[in-house]
Amino acid sequence: MIDAARLKEQAFSAIGVLVARVRGGNGQAPIVPAGNVVGHALMIVIAIMTFLACLTIGAVSLVQSTAATWQSQISTEATIQIRPVEGEDMEALLAKASGIAQGFAGVKATRIIDRAATARLLEPWLGTGLDIDELPVPRLVVVTLDEAALPDFAAIRAALVKDVPGASFDDHRNWVDRLVSMARSTVLIGTAVLALVVAATVLTVIFATRGAMAGNGHIIEVLHFIGAEQKFVARQFERHFFWTALKGALCGGALAIAIFLMIAWWSSRNLATPEADQATALFGNFSIGSSGYTGVVLIILAVSVLTMITTRMTVIAHLRQVDRRDET
Amino acid sequence: MIRFENVGLRYGMGPEVLRDVSLHISPRSFQFLTGPSGAGKTSLLRLLFMTLKPTRGLITVFGKDIATISSKEMPLLRRRIGVVFQDFRLLDHMTTYQNVALPLRVRGKEEATYRAEVEELLHWVGLGERMHVLPPVLSGGEKQRAAIARALIDQPEILLADEPTGNVDPPLARRLLRLFGELNRSGTAVVIATHDLTLMDQINARRMILDQGRLDIYD
Repeated sequence: MIDAARLKEQAFSAIGVLVARVRGGNGQAPIVPAGNVVGHALMIVIAIMTFLACLTIGAVSLVQSTAATWQSQISTEATIQIRPVEGEDMEALLAKASGIAQGFAGVKATRIIDRAATARLLEPWLGTGLDIDELPVPRLVVVTLDEAALPDFAAIRAALVKDVPGASFDDHRNWVDRLVSMARSTVLIGTAVLALVVAATVLTVIFATRGAMAGNGHIIEVLHFIGAEQKFVARQFERHFFWTALKGALCGGALAIAIFLMIAWWSSRNLATPEADQATALFGNFSIGSSGYTGVVLIILAVSVLTMITTRMTVIAHLRQVDRRDET
Repeated sequence: MIRFENVGLRYGMGPEVLRDVSLHISPRSFQFLTGPSGAGKTSLLRLLFMTLKPTRGLITVFGKDIATISSKEMPLLRRRIGVVFQDFRLLDHMTTYQNVALPLRVRGKEEATYRAEVEELLHWVGLGERMHVLPPVLSGGEKQRAAIARALIDQPEILLADEPTGNVDPPLARRLLRLFGELNRSGTAVVIATHDLTLMDQINARRMILDQGRLDIYD
């Protein structure tokens, strides 16, 4: 009859010899044992939390750049509106208004919306085949502004009212102010969500690391009792858990980047479709900018460093606890 | 080397487990620490190893008052003391060789400088054939010898052993005792905590007997 215990012992012995040989002779085994169930669980938790944090940072970066685009697009244009006035030639008034506007510093260009374009603008309300001369339709001049040095809107308005009958000047400030405030609110909400996700990540990483460290108390104590200095003990665990965290964080970050790239690819593949037009209208071209990718890299590094710091603090706390437990 | 003066120890608000203990462990000395179970042998050993602080009295280790030793100095003092724990405290993921070499590794020594020394010690304690084996595979006696080898590898000035023969059969216990004797002759002071009277009868050494927290010494 086979002696199962003896067989098991021989198997363990053979594994021990094999491990030692693979490590090169007697070898230097890591002081902190490599990968166990708790270590893998920590890596998975870190991967998930990094993934969520990276997705959030990508979304916030997208919202931020979209809000900035809305703001800059609308704030670089103003409109001169000229209502028809009895006895005045509309085309002459448009040219005069355009000339006045161009005379101001900060105005890059002006563009008169011609009859055909005006008719197209009114088409949704008045239908096709409209003869614009038969109706007293106001005409528009689009003024393109220099974003870096905006003109004196009050002076333009005063000059137009004075010299062009029926003219009014809309600098879009009301719309710009509303959009700015909406964009700021959106970014603020996004940042708050990011802060919550980062806080959840920090707490999860801290507790998961402490959980993973709990099984290593006996190693810390043995090292302590054989005369290892605190920094030596801390360094062994820091190194081990830093790499564990980095591997997990890289997986989570890579997955998030893959999702960003997939969305950008989907967006570019469906450029002409109504769904994509709707998404583009809201979120621009749906690509995460460099700030998003920088954020992902920072999150990966921050999570790894946080795990390392938590490990160090846990080791130091454990060593203190060993000494305090021994105090009477 | 180690001196106790009127040392008292209590855990929390409990009664004193050690009372007015005074002793001196001199270099190259050999002594047994004995007494009934629960008499405080392990507590006294822990005071000797500085993992406990006394409630009262004075303890000096290598001429330093342990009440004033900084946490940075403590590892350096511990390196001069070898300890064999009752429960061995071997690391299961390391081979016997790696466990025994661990004290040298934590001192920052290169493996090439100590490999031969560790192998020689393992042969000396009879574990030459078991050096690449993981502790879960070792028998109780083999674990005991591995723990002793780990305590001795850096040639400590004093060896503290808590029930070092508690898990072995009488022939192996005698062999281990001979090993401690050889060690003592080579210059290491030895303190063995045991309640095995037959073991103590084999060596004519100082006996420190603990009873109800008080220590009597028979030279």
